[in-house]
Amino acid sequence: MTISRRKLLLSGATLASAAALSPTLLAQQAQRVRIGSTLGLTGPLGPTSAIHRIATEIYVDELNKRGGLLGRPVEWIVRDDQSRPDVTRTLYEQFVTVDKVDLVMGPYGTGAILSAMGVAQRYGKILIHNSFGTPSLAKYDLQFPASGGAGDPENVWPNLVFDAAAQAAKPPKTIAIVTSKFPSLHFISLGARTHAKKRGLQEVLFLEWEFGNRDFGPIAARLREANADLAWFGVIGLEGNMLLEAMKRIDYRPQMHFYMFPAPGPLAKLPEANGAMAFTTFEEHPPFTENPRAKAFIAAYHERGKQAGLPDTSVDLQAAIAYSSWQVLEAAVNGAKSLEDKALAAWLRKNEVDTIMGRLRWEGPFNYVMGKDLYRVKQLQDGRWLIVWPKDAAAPGAKVLR
Amino acid sequence: MPSLTLLGQSVLSGVFIGALYGLLGLGLTLAWGLLRQINLAHFALVFLGAYLSYQLARAGVDPLLSLALIAPAFFVLGVALHWLLARFSVSMLNTLLVTFGFTVMIEALIQWIWTADFRRLDTHYAAVRWRVGELFLPLPELITLGIAVALAAAMWALLRHTDLGKAMRASAEDPTMAAAFGVNERALAMLLSGLAAAFAAVAGVCLALSHTLAPVQIYAWIGVVFAVVMLGGLGNPLGPLVAGLVVGVSEAITMALTAPAWAPLVSFSLLMLVLLLRPEKF
Repeated sequence: MTISRRKLLLSGATLASAAALSPTLLAQQAQRVRIGSTLGLTGPLGPTSAIHRIATEIYVDELNKRGGLLGRPVEWIVRDDQSRPDVTRTLYEQFVTVDKVDLVMGPYGTGAILSAMGVAQRYGKILIHNSFGTPSLAKYDLQFPASGGAGDPENVWPNLVFDAAAQAAKPPKTIAIVTSKFPSLHFISLGARTHAKKRGLQEVLFLEWEFGNRDFGPIAARLREANADLAWFGVIGLEGNMLLEAMKRIDYRPQMHFYMFPAPGPLAKLPEANGAMAFTTFEEHPPFTENPRAKAFIAAYHERGKQAGLPDTSVDLQAAIAYSSWQVLEAAVNGAKSLEDKALAAWLRKNEVDTIMGRLRWEGPFNYVMGKDLYRVKQLQDGRWLIVWPKDAAAPGAKVLR
Repeated sequence: MPSLTLLGQSVLSGVFIGALYGLLGLGLTLAWGLLRQINLAHFALVFLGAYLSYQLARAGVDPLLSLALIAPAFFVLGVALHWLLARFSVSMLNTLLVTFGFTVMIEALIQWIWTADFRRLDTHYAAVRWRVGELFLPLPELITLGIAVALAAAMWALLRHTDLGKAMRASAEDPTMAAAFGVNERALAMLLSGLAAAFAAVAGVCLALSHTLAPVQIYAWIGVVFAVVMLGGLGNPLGPLVAGLVVGVSEAITMALTAPAWAPLVSFSLLMLVLLLRPEKF
């Protein structure tokens, strides 16, 4: 039997039309839960956003393997906000008014989240976010932080660091506080000044610089001159590396040194960074790796991170908060058995959610918890970041070194 | 009261960053003063040069030797840029807009190839430093200082003491009269534009020796280098270096004696003072 090309094409077209119009397929498409969020995939937040993207893709894949949300597959629509809050606002408007997504999730970074929060508030959408640095600016009832941070980090975080430093064999008596004026860092460094004074730590140096400072030489020279027992660096990204390199040039190494939000991978590569402390919520060691989900996430992240060419494929603060925020969303949807924004918000206010970082809750003003959080202090020891404080989250046998 | 060591180290730090300002401003001042082109793409070319030297260093090429490849390539780029601007008779103000467009394109290219992630040129130069009394002299910064002084002096001598340089200055001053004396303005302008781009490559390599690279940092240098170029006098090769050293040292002393946050005010305060007191210079 021979089949002409025309017949073959006709049969193909008929089959394709039938498939396209299949009620099952149409229903499946309609049933997808569409969730929109942006990330700064280009621009200065690009490297960190790449981490968030991979962590979220892993989560959504896992979620769909488990059957999605309320039995419907999940489609994550991610758009590039170019690390710009103005673009973020426009894209979130589009998600709600043009794409008509079921839910939105927060973008990365304080400025972007603040923009997205404005849109969410206008349309009454719940916004679960994970990297908002200035809680006092979050004045929207349906916003839920999933970063593990407290509502008053300017009190909680300095005390956490000072408690950690006090565990060293020779606790510090003097402190140098030097900080970038980057908004979400600066007020925490000012909090460090207040709490250092309360705890009797003598402040021997306080310096501020504009974000984007090019020359750290004179700051390094002043640090050497002050030679404090503990140096508090209110830095973000590579500023920590730049400071350390400037200090290295004048042969100075701080005795104890804390960096607020460094780029952990690049910092770990500097030999002079040994002993550096920083914040985290998660590291790749027990007790965190005892959680099977965390273990599976770490393995998947290593693989995908390598494929994506990430310079560092370890799961730490950023990957963990990205993953945890989706754990919060899934728990809320399953708990409330709804995709309705107000129902999800009501459920979250009344319940706690176990994430790979620990247990999150939202019982305080504007869904923040005051006075305590899931943040921990990690220290770079022989090229490896280990949580050293508090003890219940510390790596086995790890101690604060000076 | 700060110690002499602190002041000395801060002044040294200011000299080094000032030399880099001068080197970054050298090509810009030549294009602005002698070609009447405000070439914003100069900063993007600096970073492109820095990234290329980073890439070549990863392949085992010494960053300084990589200049033998990068500088000639950039010379050709500079010639092409001038040809394009001349072909469409772009006015001085419009060169600002057109070259801003090129800057964005080069930034996108850098981001596409090397991503937005930070890059650091690892070189054996970085670990070398000498101690003189209580002061430290790092090799990468000394290299930058040496290159900045040598290039500025060489360019000054070329413009001042050679027929070629005199022809370049004559073309900038009065192109019609210069042409009447047999000066080939078009060829000289292309040569000058090529040199300015090659200087951008040199500045890029020096930048990569001592600074971390990210595409977005292209814009971090524009303000202060523009101030340095204007303070130094347009078209004067020694000007950006001298002004850069003044600004760098002033910023460093400000950081050593007061709050480092005040340092960025220094360059623009100096510029405003010069604009107010000597407006005829511009």
